[in-house]
Amino acid sequence: MPWTRDQLAQRAARELRDGFYVNLGIGIPTLVANYIPDDMEVTLQSENGMLGMGPFPYDDEIDPDLINAGKQTITALPKSSFFSSADSFAMIRGGHIALSILGAMEVSERGDLANWMVPGKMVKGMGGAMDLVAGVKRVVIVMEHTARDGAPKLLHACSLPLTGVRVVDLVITDLGVFEIDKAGDRPMALIELADGVSLDEIRAKTEAAFEPRLRQAA
Amino acid sequence: MADKLLPDAQSALAGLTFDGMVVMSGGFGLCGIPENLILALRESGVKGITVISNNAGVDGFGLGLLLETRQIAKMVSSYVGENKEFERQYLSGELQLEFNPQGTLAERIRAGGAGIAGFYTKTGVGTLVAEGKETRSFHGEDYVLETGLVADLSIVKAWKGDAEGNLVYRKTARNFNPMMATAGKICIAEVEEIVPVGALDPDQIHTPGIFVDRIVKGSFEKRIEQRTVRKREAA
Repeated sequence: MPWTRDQLAQRAARELRDGFYVNLGIGIPTLVANYIPDDMEVTLQSENGMLGMGPFPYDDEIDPDLINAGKQTITALPKSSFFSSADSFAMIRGGHIALSILGAMEVSERGDLANWMVPGKMVKGMGGAMDLVAGVKRVVIVMEHTARDGAPKLLHACSLPLTGVRVVDLVITDLGVFEIDKAGDRPMALIELADGVSLDEIRAKTEAAFEPRLRQAA
Repeated sequence: MADKLLPDAQSALAGLTFDGMVVMSGGFGLCGIPENLILALRESGVKGITVISNNAGVDGFGLGLLLETRQIAKMVSSYVGENKEFERQYLSGELQLEFNPQGTLAERIRAGGAGIAGFYTKTGVGTLVAEGKETRSFHGEDYVLETGLVADLSIVKAWKGDAEGNLVYRKTARNFNPMMATAGKICIAEVEEIVPVGALDPDQIHTPGIFVDRIVKGSFEKRIEQRTVRKREAA
């Protein structure tokens, strides 16, 4: 069975470490916040100018001056701080954020990422994605393994305009987990399979070259 | 010393607008936008504006109001996905659009306001954003040259301010406002509350008054784009 959206978020949450400052993208990455282990201290950064994001507010707590990067109403925590967009991106581009979890349209076997633009369609913009992949220490992608029409999204080379070149460290899809040696020469490796997914199925749905380096199930 | 305090957004804008001008407008989504000055710009009838703003408002609110009246010729933004009228004008060729990565946009404005002509960043290297721009290697890594941004006018929104132009922002409504305050030839701030000079703690002022030329008290709707709540568990 391929992983569900929540299972994807749960798997991505295993990339968190105690003490990490983390930026979560919009969509499935946002769900990762629901799976932070209780015994772990993780501080969520929101690029519109907040460190230490709390849960969504109760109805009577809503504050229009307090939103996340997805423009959703949010709450603060005792440890929270607020700052300008310039300070926010100093954190991001200055390498002060340990981990970013983002969505993707395409990822190449050497770690190129495309997640902001489809030529010929209305382009909404890259927002902070290019800054995040350029500056955050480790970039984890969470996405469906194939596009809606079944086309592979893990490719030899991206066909869409890039968000960043050699920026992705790990790709978690609904079928498995891939490790990318973005700074070196080792080939992309398949390190985990979703329950009940076969190597043959993954091979059939992946264009990118990869070598199986499967770990024992955790 | 000239009095910076003006009675309303219309009088604050008086004598400052001209067709083809470049305006920076603060805010992230609809959070921390200068609602009153956007309305005053609409009423002024100024045309052909280039607007530098992270987003383009929504239909019928924020910068969407200036799109409705076709007063904007060009937007410089990082994300504009929430606006149908924007999409229509862009796809029909009526509206020009320049995308900047959000951090690059923030830093270009910060640099412009600080008199810095350009800076090198890793953001966008190897992408469309870097096309036609100088790239240079530092310590074995490639960086792209981005230039500072300035504007004829910047309009910003703060929480509290005084007649000296000192400003304090509130929560995530700060966002692009402090940098934009520094990068306009003229900066007008609108605030929720005007407090007496001396009432703000000098250690807690976010934008020192030197950057602010005019200040007005506004009234605010503070529309919410994505109202997201959780349910209380039954007691």
